[in-house]
Amino acid sequence: MEKFTVLNALVAPLDRANVDTDAIIPKQFLKSIKRTGYGPNLFDAWRFLDPGVPGADPASRRPNPDFVLNQARYRGAQILLARKNFGCGSSREHAPWALQEYGFRCVVAPSFGDIFYDNCFKNGLLPVVLAEPEVDGLFYDCALPGFRLIVDLAAQTVSTNDGAKSFRFAVDATRRYSLLNGLDEIGLTLRHADKIRAFEARRREQLPWLFR
Amino acid sequence: MARTLYDKLWDSHLVHVEADGTALLYIDRHLVHEVTSPQAFEGLKRAGRKPWRMSSVVATADHNTPTTGWERGIEGIEDPTSRIQVETLDANMREHPAKAYFPFLDARQGIVHVIGPENGATLPGMTVVCGDSHTSTHGAFACLAHGIGTSEVEHVLATQCLVTRKMKNMRVRVDGELGRGVTAKDVVLAIIGRIGTAGGSGHAVEFAGSVLRSLSMEGRMTICNMAIEAGARAGMVAVDETTIQYLKGRAFAPSGPEWDRAVAGWKVLVSDADAEFDREVKLDGRSIAPQVTWGTSPEMVVTVEESVPDPDREKDPIKREGMERALAYMGLKPRTPIEEIKLDKVFIGSCTNSRIEDLRLAASVVRGKKVAPGVRLALVVPGSGLVKAQAEKEGLDRVFRDSGFEWREPGCSMCLAMNADRLEPGERCAATSNRNFEGRQGAGGRTHLVSPAMAAAAAIAGHFVDVRGWR
Ligand code: SF4
Repeated sequence: MEKFTVLNALVAPLDRANVDTDAIIPKQFLKSIKRTGYGPNLFDAWRFLDPGVPGADPASRRPNPDFVLNQARYRGAQILLARKNFGCGSSREHAPWALQEYGFRCVVAPSFGDIFYDNCFKNGLLPVVLAEPEVDGLFYDCALPGFRLIVDLAAQTVSTNDGAKSFRFAVDATRRYSLLNGLDEIGLTLRHADKIRAFEARRREQLPWLFR
Repeated sequence: MARTLYDKLWDSHLVHVEADGTALLYIDRHLVHEVTSPQAFEGLKRAGRKPWRMSSVVATADHNTPTTGWERGIEGIEDPTSRIQVETLDANMREHPAKAYFPFLDARQGIVHVIGPENGATLPGMTVVCGDSHTSTHGAFACLAHGIGTSEVEHVLATQCLVTRKMKNMRVRVDGELGRGVTAKDVVLAIIGRIGTAGGSGHAVEFAGSVLRSLSMEGRMTICNMAIEAGARAGMVAVDETTIQYLKGRAFAPSGPEWDRAVAGWKVLVSDADAEFDREVKLDGRSIAPQVTWGTSPEMVVTVEESVPDPDREKDPIKREGMERALAYMGLKPRTPIEEIKLDKVFIGSCTNSRIEDLRLAASVVRGKKVAPGVRLALVVPGSGLVKAQAEKEGLDRVFRDSGFEWREPGCSMCLAMNADRLEPGERCAATSNRNFEGRQGAGGRTHLVSPAMAAAAAIAGHFVDVRGWR
């Protein structure tokens, strides 16, 4: 997994509440058996005016000029500023895959869908929860062209470039450690293989029908 | 100390806890389908790892599979990318044989959340995971069941554990009783309407109260299925006699002396009388009327007696904008009475409402009547091969066909439109599924979530009608 330490990047605002993972990556693009290839279809139904068909040449698409990510000023944004309950709905991990492949490394919102939140950490994409008024303020700041934020995972802070604002955010120690170091979670868990085996043996004895 | 049902399920599966509360939770049952598993098996292979315990895995192909043309075999899957996904699952199951695999065309194939319970592969006290958010369905059996992402699918395959943290406890009590024509689907939509789509975030929700106790397992599954639409990863219902009777004699349920031992263990799977919940919500069953969603989020819901709400009356500007956007997408005007909304298609199916009881209810509404001429397609998609066979034994397929419904092969179908069953842009559908998100049933499609009885009546009338006064 890609490490996440400090990110100083342009911010793109997506001013809608309850953005679901169906909207982040529509189902017709879930037919792939790979982990890559989803970036070109991020927010497909909102980003493009023509219907999204898997395998279509990106150059032939008609971008929706009204959609925020299509505005030139947000090109290269790596931080997505979002509203409450971002990533609700389907468990599809294709949603963080698509966001990341498009170029995002961090999503800042007042709250997230639980499964989406977990999925982000498995992929080096940092979901940051800030209080609603803080997020409101950032949406306001985002009106300024070239608005950037500095996200520091070790310090657990989100700050403006000029240092005028700095917010602390919470993150579990284990997740923070894995993300800072880009660690493989399966490898970490398998350090406890003996404990898992012992637990399993006890359970098998008590409830043998679960193990057939 | 008094414990909730969730506390008990959590405690009994805890393998290891880190100082910050991150835990390793042992997984008893892992359900697998074709869309969220290929990258997980691929990841295992690349890392040179083997699955830990394939006897925990029950798999099926459901999301991509067509609901017609089964006589053509695998060729019946016309979309080559869908076919590759189905064949990839076949190959993974050949390489790593599971406890049970119900492939495309199998007599027991079906929607993953229908086949688990009906085969007794979901048992009380289990932890159940699946790369699918509606895994919450299985909580109806007093399981800790929740959806996971593909990296977690790989993690569970490799370690038989999930890295997770304990959620908070929430209880939703629905007391009193339900009126005639009001179903489990209306109950859960009313709950979501009350608490919102993020209302259960961070919580494991236990559904309780006399209404829950009076519901069949099918009804309880419908409610737990949509816990995720209220933001809760896991929903659950305590064990009672209904749970035990449902499981008796199911294919993978224990039998003989083991059955008695199992049942004794299941009976403690209830919240202690004095257990405390972080949050509690109460609804009165008598006040719940048939529900119809009008927008693009399940919380955008009203009763069939009401009208489409008016954004001008909403004070919160973000909410107002969301309502306006939803109405524009749905092609609806504020203050339109729900009963005046006309339908182009009707879909009865999905892991929310495709079980035998749902089909019986819908059939009882349409028996001897005809689908309205304005309705282009009325579709019944049974949840599994076993549901389909049972329905045909009872003659329900005839009832539906005689009324002008199409009777299809099992699968997810038009719930998410990954196969050929979908809405065209602008088409309006009464659906018994669980998500009315933009484009969910096809790009530009407009979905209204309702109960099977309401969907069936709407198909006959051509517009929504209140089933309570309908004959
Ligand atoms: S029926 Fe719909 S919600 Fe249920 S598993 Fe299939 S796609 Fe998901």
